[in-house]
Amino acid sequence: MTVIKGKVFVYGDDINTDVIFPGKYTYTVTEPKEIAMHAMEDEDPDFVKQVAPGDIIIAGKNFGCGSSREQAAFCFKYLGMGAIIAESYSRIYFRNCINAGLPSLEIKGLVNKVKKGDVIEIDTEKGTVLLPDGSKVSFPPLPPEVDQIMQKGGLTNYIKSKLES
Amino acid sequence: MEKSLQFLLLLKRGALMGQTFAEKIFSKRAGKNVVPGTILNIKPDHVLTHDNSAAIFSTFSKMGGKKFADISQPVIVLDHIVPAANEKAATNHQTVRKLVDEQGIKNFFDGGRGICHQVFVEEGFALPGSLVVGSDSHTVTYGALGVFSTGIGRSEAAGIWATGEIWLKVPESMKIVLNGKAKSNVTSKDVLLFIAGKIKADGALYKSIEFSGSYVDDIALADRMVFTNMAVEIGAKNGYIAPDKKVFDYLEKIGVDKNSYSAVYPDPDAEYAETIEIDVSTIEPLVACPHSVDNVKNVSELEDIKVSQVVIGTCTNGRIEDFRAAAKVLKGKKIAKDTRLLILPASSEVYLQAMEEGLFRIFIEAGGMILNPGCGPCLGAHEGVMAPEEVTVSTANRNFKGRMGCNQADIYLASPITAAATAIKGKIATI
Repeated sequence: MTVIKGKVFVYGDDINTDVIFPGKYTYTVTEPKEIAMHAMEDEDPDFVKQVAPGDIIIAGKNFGCGSSREQAAFCFKYLGMGAIIAESYSRIYFRNCINAGLPSLEIKGLVNKVKKGDVIEIDTEKGTVLLPDGSKVSFPPLPPEVDQIMQKGGLTNYIKSKLES
Repeated sequence: MEKSLQFLLLLKRGALMGQTFAEKIFSKRAGKNVVPGTILNIKPDHVLTHDNSAAIFSTFSKMGGKKFADISQPVIVLDHIVPAANEKAATNHQTVRKLVDEQGIKNFFDGGRGICHQVFVEEGFALPGSLVVGSDSHTVTYGALGVFSTGIGRSEAAGIWATGEIWLKVPESMKIVLNGKAKSNVTSKDVLLFIAGKIKADGALYKSIEFSGSYVDDIALADRMVFTNMAVEIGAKNGYIAPDKKVFDYLEKIGVDKNSYSAVYPDPDAEYAETIEIDVSTIEPLVACPHSVDNVKNVSELEDIKVSQVVIGTCTNGRIEDFRAAAKVLKGKKIAKDTRLLILPASSEVYLQAMEEGLFRIFIEAGGMILNPGCGPCLGAHEGVMAPEEVTVSTANRNFKGRMGCNQADIYLASPITAAATAIKGKIATI
């Protein structure tokens, strides 16, 4: 599937991994279903009640700054979310999204073009995002070295296939 | 003839163009000159993991991993929830000890030795010119010893255990030049907070920061480690300080053979994406206010804020120099009635040293309590968790909402001097 369609949740700059997945849970909450239920807990307690598979987060600068904790990326994957779009990412967080097989696009200026609940469509093959007003913005492809991890659905499967070959 | 010679010289200069520290480290690994943006598969010298090693091992097994690709790479330190706070944490530690035995991992340090980043340095793994990754964002700390070190995720640590390799992108570099003499109540923590306030939490996003200047030359290795430890808080991929005699003497003291490493330095004509120059003599004692490291104010603007808890220690400011500075302020004084003081040494070595120097007596007589070495209150999992409406002043590196276990509490970040003065007054203060 190359098209991701979902409603958007919009957040600001510097959304850190502690508000996405609080540190106090890092060694007590370990099952995927449980991890998913705490997503965005200290930023937006209503998020998990409203989110549906395929939904998309649109955020400002430096999304996922702070800790390297992977649960802050995997919680969205476990919820079945479609993608994250941010102006920029903290580098470890961006890597964690790739490793989780969660599409994470870097596109500037979308935060002000959409509002919570809008439905957008991402075509990962064409590299375009269709906005509610019918306009399209494009984004560049991932470098091939990184894309091959996404193509396998994340780092675990990627390494598995590498070890098997 | 003369023109073609000039052209040849230019070509030669292009091929040998000055390189930053990061470009040099990666070029050395690649066996050719590489430029920012290049993606390389790298075999890191070490991969650091901590309490998360059990979860990493589970991913390693899912990947089909059986034996570690290179047993000299892993360094495992239990530090996040030590001693175990509950059965789940205890079982987690048990799983880590089992995998250490089964895989024959030599570089393992059980709970009580200290915070992984301090232990990594004290045990002689942080060698100038080496390349280290760790599944903890503060892996950047070792840059103060001339290491290229950066944080990675758990799955990536599992991937290295299984294959020995990881992909890394050569970052652009940024230079932060710090000159001048700081005021007597201003530490490297205040200087770092000043930088954070100036360039913001994403000011160095994805960049390699090189800290230099006469101020950096003058300060102790422990104080330099504050800069590299917190480089990640301003978005950097790594922080670097050119290793000098202070670093070499330290390594010699801990028994590292000077032939076992080769320091790497940037070229004088290297090109930087950005250069920032700061005169530290104008900086006042600073505090990062809730809930972001870049929300920086002068202590003098915050003097009415009542403080419930003060934490002195952590991987940022938990070294002997930090405790000496705090003890100097607290000697013969009592902390305020409604304020708690928590002392958190970064390692067992720091703990012993502080004990032998009589610093613990000063802290305890002032009304403080000494915690075991470890991450303790910093991640809000145990020890020093806060209640709603409470305020903590901490010498740690993060003040995100909920960081210390309660999303209705406030955390302020400060130097050990400011933290100690705050504990005495019960309100934000410095000397």
